[in-house]
Amino acid sequence: MKKQITVSVNGVEHTAEVEPRLLLVHFIREDLNLTGTHIGCDTTHCGACTILLNGKSVKSCTVLAVQADGKEVSTVEGLSEPGTLNALQEGFKENHGLHCGFCTPGMLMRATEFLEKNPNPTEEEIRWGISGNLCRCTGYNNIVKAILYASAKNRGVELPSTEPEFV
Amino acid sequence: MISAPFNYEAPGTLTEALALLTKHGDDAKILAGGHSLLPMMKLRFAQPETIIDINNIPGLSYIKEEDGYLKIGALTREVELEESELIRSKYPIFTDASKLIGDPQVRNMGTLGGNIAHGDAANDHPAVMIALGAEVIITGPKGTRTVSIDDFFHGFYMTAIEPNEILTELRIPIPATGTGNAYHKLERKVGDYAIAGAAVQITLNGENVVEYAGIGLTNVNSTPLRATRSEEALLGKPLTEETIKEAAKCASIDCNPTADLRGDEEYKRAMVRVLVKRMIQRAAERAR
Repeated sequence: MKKQITVSVNGVEHTAEVEPRLLLVHFIREDLNLTGTHIGCDTTHCGACTILLNGKSVKSCTVLAVQADGKEVSTVEGLSEPGTLNALQEGFKENHGLHCGFCTPGMLMRATEFLEKNPNPTEEEIRWGISGNLCRCTGYNNIVKAILYASAKNRGVELPSTEPEFV
Repeated sequence: MISAPFNYEAPGTLTEALALLTKHGDDAKILAGGHSLLPMMKLRFAQPETIIDINNIPGLSYIKEEDGYLKIGALTREVELEESELIRSKYPIFTDASKLIGDPQVRNMGTLGGNIAHGDAANDHPAVMIALGAEVIITGPKGTRTVSIDDFFHGFYMTAIEPNEILTELRIPIPATGTGNAYHKLERKVGDYAIAGAAVQITLNGENVVEYAGIGLTNVNSTPLRATRSEEALLGKPLTEETIKEAAKCASIDCNPTADLRGDEEYKRAMVRVLVKRMIQRAAERAR
């Protein structure tokens, strides 16, 4: 039996009739056509489908759409206005925090909540903070640098160098 | 992967939830954090006809000390345990465990009650609860009842919870002065189940004599395991390198690990010995 749900996604309210077994990630991608949120492993491991549910980062492949009824969802599409980048997105761009880009939406959404809770993190805290997001390209170093960049920019302190390190 | 179809109920009160459970019995499953249940449903290992989502029921999420107990509501999220100042300062074993459970996103959803109610020997909180001598509060149509953690786990995914009941609270006796506790698991990667894990709580008196010893083991038995002989090896004796070694040895002999992708039996027994030894030492440091 279908259930009616009302979910606010990036500030826009959507009402839909959904099957209870519909996963939140499928609702976001297929019903709302917001395909920025990716499906990677579909088994709660990789974090590509990470979105914010009432401000908390969750893996939307392991949440039912009906569980989001009455709640606020934020996806990568809502991070900034089209044509602009927020500090985190800019950090990923400046530091080459992505290669293929598949993990990036999940990384950005996870880092969003992480920086809200910990605006001035250490490198190690960042590494633990994104431990639920897998990236098979970058080796994580540039992602960590991107988050450090966003942290510095948000706090209005001098931005760390974006020059690549040659070891 | 999509689960089999089911009916979805989201009651707003515990009374409604219990009425739904009474109506649907074994065909219903409780949805808390959903991070054990939904993966099983997606793989169709579980195909409940009805899902009763208890997330809209107020009053099931709290961490408080009251009447000599630390009381934790079943719907308390892992992240809340991780960030609680009371837990961090007085019950560091939960901070140890919470940090090792899943990953940050999983901990934003996963609940303490779900971790226990799932009845999985690979979960981390059961061993912690054994070490702390916890009581499980179960609510049914006739009211609440209290079950000792030692009588709670009946077998693989089997617990003392009846089909018409809900786990509502975990109750931990507030430990005496001179108590320390610690948990660690060996894992292949972040978020994995334990190769082996050990939870220890000990109370030391002024003469370094062990007055309380609780030791629980993760994922080395079909149910979460109390290392009884290890506790006896410590109890009433001064805590020395020798007694710690003996306790660790007993645990490695008494556990029942099975060979799997995480290691063979011999390796797991060796890891139990090391983990029990280190957790006794860490608990003792925290007790002093």
